[in-house]
Amino acid sequence: MKRIEAVNDFVVKFANINGSGSASANELFAKSFLRMGIPVSPRNIFPSNIQGLPTWYEVRVTERGWLGRRGGVDLMVAMNPQTWNQDVKEIEPGGYLFYDDTRPLPSSKFRPDIHVIGMPLTEMCNAHYTDARERQLFKNIIYVGALAAMIGIEPGVIAELIGEQYKGKEKLLKPNVNAFQMGYHYAQEKLKDALGLKARRADAVGDKIFIDGNSAAALGCVYGGASVCAWYPITPSSSLAEAFQRYCSRLRVDKETGRNKFAIVQAEDELASIGIVVGAGWNGARAFTATSGPGVSLMTEFIGLAYFAEIPATIINVQRGGPSTGMPTRTQQADVISCAYASHGDTKHVLLFPEDPRECFEFAAQALDLADRLQTPVFVMTDLDIGMNQRLCKPFEWDDARRYDRGKVMTADELEAGKDFGRYLDVDGDGIPYRTYPGTHPKRGAYFTRGTTKNAYAAYSEAGPDYVYNVQRLLKKFETAKTLVPKALLTASKEPARFGAIYYGSTSPAMAEALEALAAKGIFVNALRVRAFPFQDEIFDFVQSHSKVFVIEQNRDAQLKTLLVNDAGINPVSLISVLHYDGTPITARFITEEISQIVTALNVRPIKKDKAA
Amino acid sequence: MTYLAKPKLHHPTLPKNKLGYTRRDYEGKVSTLCAGCGHDSISAALIQAFWELDVEPHRVAKLSGIGCSSKTPDYFLGNSHGFNTVHGRMPSVLTGANLANRDLIYLGVSGDGDSASIGLGQFAHVMRRGVNMTYILENNGVYGLTKGQFSATADMGSKSKRGQVNTDSAVDTISLALIMGASFVARSFSGDKAQLVPLIKAAIAHQGAAFIDVISPCVAFNNHPGSTKSYDYIREHNEAVNRLDFWPSREAITIDYSEGGLIEVPQHDGSILKLRKLDADYDPRDRIVALEHVARAAEKGEVLTGLLYVHAEAQDLHAHLNTYAVPLNKLGEKELCPGAGVLEKINAALR
Repeated sequence: MKRIEAVNDFVVKFANINGSGSASANELFAKSFLRMGIPVSPRNIFPSNIQGLPTWYEVRVTERGWLGRRGGVDLMVAMNPQTWNQDVKEIEPGGYLFYDDTRPLPSSKFRPDIHVIGMPLTEMCNAHYTDARERQLFKNIIYVGALAAMIGIEPGVIAELIGEQYKGKEKLLKPNVNAFQMGYHYAQEKLKDALGLKARRADAVGDKIFIDGNSAAALGCVYGGASVCAWYPITPSSSLAEAFQRYCSRLRVDKETGRNKFAIVQAEDELASIGIVVGAGWNGARAFTATSGPGVSLMTEFIGLAYFAEIPATIINVQRGGPSTGMPTRTQQADVISCAYASHGDTKHVLLFPEDPRECFEFAAQALDLADRLQTPVFVMTDLDIGMNQRLCKPFEWDDARRYDRGKVMTADELEAGKDFGRYLDVDGDGIPYRTYPGTHPKRGAYFTRGTTKNAYAAYSEAGPDYVYNVQRLLKKFETAKTLVPKALLTASKEPARFGAIYYGSTSPAMAEALEALAAKGIFVNALRVRAFPFQDEIFDFVQSHSKVFVIEQNRDAQLKTLLVNDAGINPVSLISVLHYDGTPITARFITEEISQIVTALNVRPIKKDKAA
Repeated sequence: MTYLAKPKLHHPTLPKNKLGYTRRDYEGKVSTLCAGCGHDSISAALIQAFWELDVEPHRVAKLSGIGCSSKTPDYFLGNSHGFNTVHGRMPSVLTGANLANRDLIYLGVSGDGDSASIGLGQFAHVMRRGVNMTYILENNGVYGLTKGQFSATADMGSKSKRGQVNTDSAVDTISLALIMGASFVARSFSGDKAQLVPLIKAAIAHQGAAFIDVISPCVAFNNHPGSTKSYDYIREHNEAVNRLDFWPSREAITIDYSEGGLIEVPQHDGSILKLRKLDADYDPRDRIVALEHVARAAEKGEVLTGLLYVHAEAQDLHAHLNTYAVPLNKLGEKELCPGAGVLEKINAALR
């Protein structure tokens, strides 16, 4: 029988029961590779549930640093009887099944083409522990110990990680180390050559950091100067506001007075959270909210007002499957259109698409600048895949010389000096008017904020020409936004390429891997990662210079493509959609197969590897 | 509607307050509401109150929702920033504004449709949070701007102009504010300036969530026989629980012994509220008593007015959140950004 043999390149999947304490053990397993210099990319696949339902944790070990989901499983750690059949089915032929063989299972429960590794985990736990909770928790650590022995993870690395985790909690430290060693020694003795998947110390991690996108975005908000956060709990965004609270408690409490240089309100709903953000933005504080698609739906009335009344607001949308009772624990990029055009009337909004936690940090901070500069709502469009999974990425950077861009704010001195103030007057030709903060000057600069019934000096007006002047200026402002938002990034093919590909957000790591796989098949593709809306002219030019451009998205309706056609004037005939929307993160295998098939169907069969497709 | 704009020139003999401002300096644009609208009387009372309190007009932020009432902030304090927000959502915007700059005075103006129907949730939650503000509900029991539909504060059995009888129970915003934790709760009548002005002044001085429900008859749609929010009905059924004298702390305190008992309630800012008890049993410092009085009066078909409840030591949202003394909107990189050195340490802990 075939046996998968691999070094530093395989996928291990843990099938557990939610709430059984497996999460920290599995994370320990994933981190141990990083400490050996081997990149990993773990993903939680979890239900909308606190306890009892199945949950999975998939770890891709990848010395090459491919951080997308690969697809397929080489080793299944099957700890959940509920999902046994499905889990066994998922293993690649020649792969491995690790399970608790305390209770014998009939041979019909296995597959002839996989290698089965049994270990009496329950029996061992029952022998060593009397407390039911300990039996459950340490079972997880014991299997990590066994896996470490079989895979060749250095025990010192695990001991170091356990030491860090339980620093200051010595009572927990020792039992965890003991449980680990129990598993380790058992496997060394009894399962020595059971597994063909091996870890070997490498130097492929470098100075990279390992963090989830929600924490990174929260930290970006701290660095970017957000002082007001209002939010309403919604998966998968809740951990973002909670991380902001955590970071602020550490980094934003005044040492002398013990008082907070931030205000966080868990509002009664999303309508109130965006209302608070708009109120704070109107009054000159940097404010943000974190939410997901259903929350954005509730916020849209306010988003429209903020657009027309020109009030800064930063909205971080950690996207998931829709609708409200949709797939809250599954990932999608399905809010692109609903955010780009959120609200009634003629509205469009700035969107930023981060690819990983590092960009979550950067774009969150940048969104606060853009919102102030453009005086408008700005969306950071992350998703569950980036937001709730730890991801290896470049370390965060901050230049201490960087200053917050507070935009065009007229000061008391300028007003005193007699500078003309028209709240909605385009004085610089960029569509962006000046604003004043409330309370600035006793006699000048006050105005009454309302939607669109106003003239350039904020006086009440329902006159058509005033309305047209205002909304045309907003269009001009949107043009200005193109010059300020992050530019699209090109990954040029090594060979001249007829095909282009446009992708964004969390598709990034799978795309990078797919590009290499396609090139290996002789299909050369120039790839452009779109990082923001409105689209710059370079995106239009990119499409123009290729005969066909694939648009890779994680939604059903090709939402970014719709925007490209609608807002960048791109001919839809040039675009071919590659869409993945089952709620799981897109894989390199999926992209590669889809594009290969389309290329074949287009009758451009690559004959030689060195010839461009 | 008032068609004639008032002349900008002030009469030289107009009285001035301590800041040297006349009442005219506290006015706004000319009202576009119907002639005789109760809301315009409330605007006049607000002007009077701010003028008497010597508040710099530009240190006030006026926020409103949608409706006739919510248009009024344009008609007073023309040198203050105003924000006509979203229907029923003024409380959240006011909360955010207040968090951004704790140094301004926040005035929320709303109507009964805005606060008791679409905005009932936000109304309740802003009281719970104890946002430091004066929340004026201009209550006429009717949707004026959409021409005469019942609002949620219309009393059961009251008649609309078209003869329709309201069969739904009324939302009593006073009781709701008391239950949700407002620390200053009063009710008044737009036609009773002598009562309303001191109430507004006291509400502004109060450092917490201050709520005044002002019955304000709608001359166009709710001032007919059968309405329980008409001028005549309110004048007949109004029962005041107390009369309020408000003394800013910087003035010499004089006590008028001439009639009735007097309670002095020192406020957070050092000013003193003086309540003349008309009803011998009434103590506005007891929330439970207030709730009971409101309920008993309603049972008798009476509208209880005056200061119904005050908790002078109330804490506001900033105290709950332990926010910095300097307004958050004045903080820059130095105060807000932890810097590159700290980030390097954070990076190191993530490896």
